[in-house]
Amino acid sequence: MTFARILQVFKKEMIELRRDKWARFRLVIPPIIQILVFGYAATFEVFGVSTAVLDLDHTQESRDLVSRFVYSDRFQIVKIARNQQEIVDGIDDSDAAIAIVIHPGFAQLLRKGQTAPVQVIVDGTNSNTALIALGYMNEIAATFSRDYMTDHLQRTRDGPPLRGALVTLEQRPWYNSGLNSRWFFVPGVIGTLVLTMIVNLTSFAIVREREVGTLEQIMVTPIQPVEFILGKTFPFFLIGLGEVVLIAGVGTLWFGIPFVGNPLVLLLGTSLFLLSTLAIGLLISTLCMTQQQAFATNFFVVNPLFTLSGFSFPITSMPTVLQWLSYLNPLRYYLVIIRATFLKGVGLSVLWPDMLALAAIGSTLLAVSILRFRKSLD
Amino acid sequence: MSAPDKPKIRVAGLTKRFVGTTAVEGATFDIARGEIFGLVGPDGAGKTTVMRMLAGVMRPDAGSIEIDDVDVVADPEQAKLHLSYMPQRFGLYEDLTVDENIRFYADLFEVPRKLRDERTGPLLAASNMEAFRRRLAGQLSGGMKQKLGLICSLIHTPQVLLLDEPTTGVDPVSRRDFWRILYSLRESGVTILISTAYLDEAERCTRLALFHEGRLRYCDTPKRLKALMPGTLLAITSTAARDLHKALLGRDGVMSVMLVGDGVHAVVDDADRRVPELSAALDAGKIPHGELVRVTPSIEDLFVGLLKDEHAS
Ligand SMILES: Nc1ncnc2c1ncn2[C@@H]1O[C@H](COP(=O)(O)OP(=O)(O)OP(=O)(O)O)[C@@H](O)[C@H]1O
Ligand SMILES: [Mg+2]
Repeated sequence: MTFARILQVFKKEMIELRRDKWARFRLVIPPIIQILVFGYAATFEVFGVSTAVLDLDHTQESRDLVSRFVYSDRFQIVKIARNQQEIVDGIDDSDAAIAIVIHPGFAQLLRKGQTAPVQVIVDGTNSNTALIALGYMNEIAATFSRDYMTDHLQRTRDGPPLRGALVTLEQRPWYNSGLNSRWFFVPGVIGTLVLTMIVNLTSFAIVREREVGTLEQIMVTPIQPVEFILGKTFPFFLIGLGEVVLIAGVGTLWFGIPFVGNPLVLLLGTSLFLLSTLAIGLLISTLCMTQQQAFATNFFVVNPLFTLSGFSFPITSMPTVLQWLSYLNPLRYYLVIIRATFLKGVGLSVLWPDMLALAAIGSTLLAVSILRFRKSLD
Repeated sequence: MSAPDKPKIRVAGLTKRFVGTTAVEGATFDIARGEIFGLVGPDGAGKTTVMRMLAGVMRPDAGSIEIDDVDVVADPEQAKLHLSYMPQRFGLYEDLTVDENIRFYADLFEVPRKLRDERTGPLLAASNMEAFRRRLAGQLSGGMKQKLGLICSLIHTPQVLLLDEPTTGVDPVSRRDFWRILYSLRESGVTILISTAYLDEAERCTRLALFHEGRLRYCDTPKRLKALMPGTLLAITSTAARDLHKALLGRDGVMSVMLVGDGVHAVVDDADRRVPELSAALDAGKIPHGELVRVTPSIEDLFVGLLKDEHAS
């Protein structure tokens, strides 16, 4: 193995990248768009959910509850219905995503200190929005009942204490601080984006050489497959690091995501992760003869990695088999590392098992892919 | 250094199987130093497979390949230092310029910079490409791409050059440049193995190996191969070549008939007897035709004749 030949391949690759005018665009614009999309849209926060209201109780208490919805920016009252039918129509016509119905006797139950049900109708076709809206609704109901009880206690000091609550409160910590989800997601975007990008770049670049015939040509020169692979993939390693800096930059400077950890720990984790992504790209390139095949294969490889990473679906709520599989997924460990360095600021003393796992997976994949690459030249 | 009478390349019992096909079976031939050895045969005959095994990029299933004293099968890396293989589709980096491509290949062979620059000039001159040094390879014409491929293959002055259909789809002018370079290489002692689809090129080879369905059928100089062909070749011009072809096919003494540009070529067993016979028959059938001329067969006639013979027997 000579360093000179690795350097020649590296230099050649850099010249090609420099000449590829689209590359600059492809490497910079999509990540920024992704981070903006995730930063703004995927924060799991909902505002102004269109809501219809039907108050059949017509009491002080019911009007108070309704007004809390009116003044919440989470909900926008689009319809004050006069009967049940108007509510049904409202939901059917998609004017309202959610409807609140207060039945007669609501206040009476409250005054007796009993649980007073409020009917909520939800347009299930957008279940995500609906579920989140339900969370806010719980919050409003809980505040209402708390206020009502303190109020009631003050007015009737000697009366019986009220123990009833309107609605039980659930999952409060998640939804009430909306920023948390953004903080959670934006670092995650770094991992998924680097995975997709580097796997694609690597597999396409090598498959293209196979397709164009330069690979066969090169292999009749004295160059060793390992030399070729190192020189060829090192630019993508650098690009990977660059992407991380770019997305992290946008995340911290634009979205104000904190970065409390040690950048060197993140650099180590990123390097180990890139090892795996490069190996996956290389592995795919050995299975594909054309860029088209590579495109399809990437899709089928990257998507499961994405799904089984804990990026959006918690690993703990997956079936056991999938949970086990996710231990083989480099993205899983990288997400832990990246979130921990960004948000918690923990160092190697905590993250070493994840680093070790990444290193093991990365070197195994790399060894397999290099062996396969040699074979694929025959 | 090898003895002068010892062949440069020795191939024995070379065999390669793929699932479902045997691409090459038991090919045995020697190539002397300074030969231009032609590989010819129809599509799928196994030419490329032979080349790739000789280049050390594909392992044969059986047989041996020696270049000088290097066992290519056992030590392909050693062999690669002395040979150059230009695949059927030469892979140039289209985003690199002519100069950058040459430099890249030179670097892979670790050719010192000074030596590289000394060699690049004359090679570019011989290819009439000096004006295009800074042009991106992707923007070259097909012929120039092939010539650039050849230059890249020659930059480390290999002793053995393996060229797989280097001139397919190349314009006549570039082809002439190409062959001029090959001749001068030969004079400097380079051994060349070339496969070609152009039979006029086959005639320029010192020896030809005719492959068919993975087997080496004939291997000799173009001249002697022609002598191998049984019968005599007649050229007949005609304005109704198809009718003529039909009329001749299957007649007594006619061994094969082939449509050519301005008429047909027919092989007959005994020209003295058949020429008058056929003439008369054609006149009787009112088929327009020129004189029946005896000609020396081209390689193409040879092919058709020889392979047809195979099928018959
Ligand atoms: N990698 C491979 N896998 C399977 N079969 C192959 C492979 N390479 C070649 N073959 C088969 O081996 C046979 C010989 O192929 P080869 O490419 O050597 O022929 P060729 O004489 O070079 O043909 P052409 O004139 O089309 O270039 C063909 O039947 C081909 O389909
Ligand atoms: Mg071929």
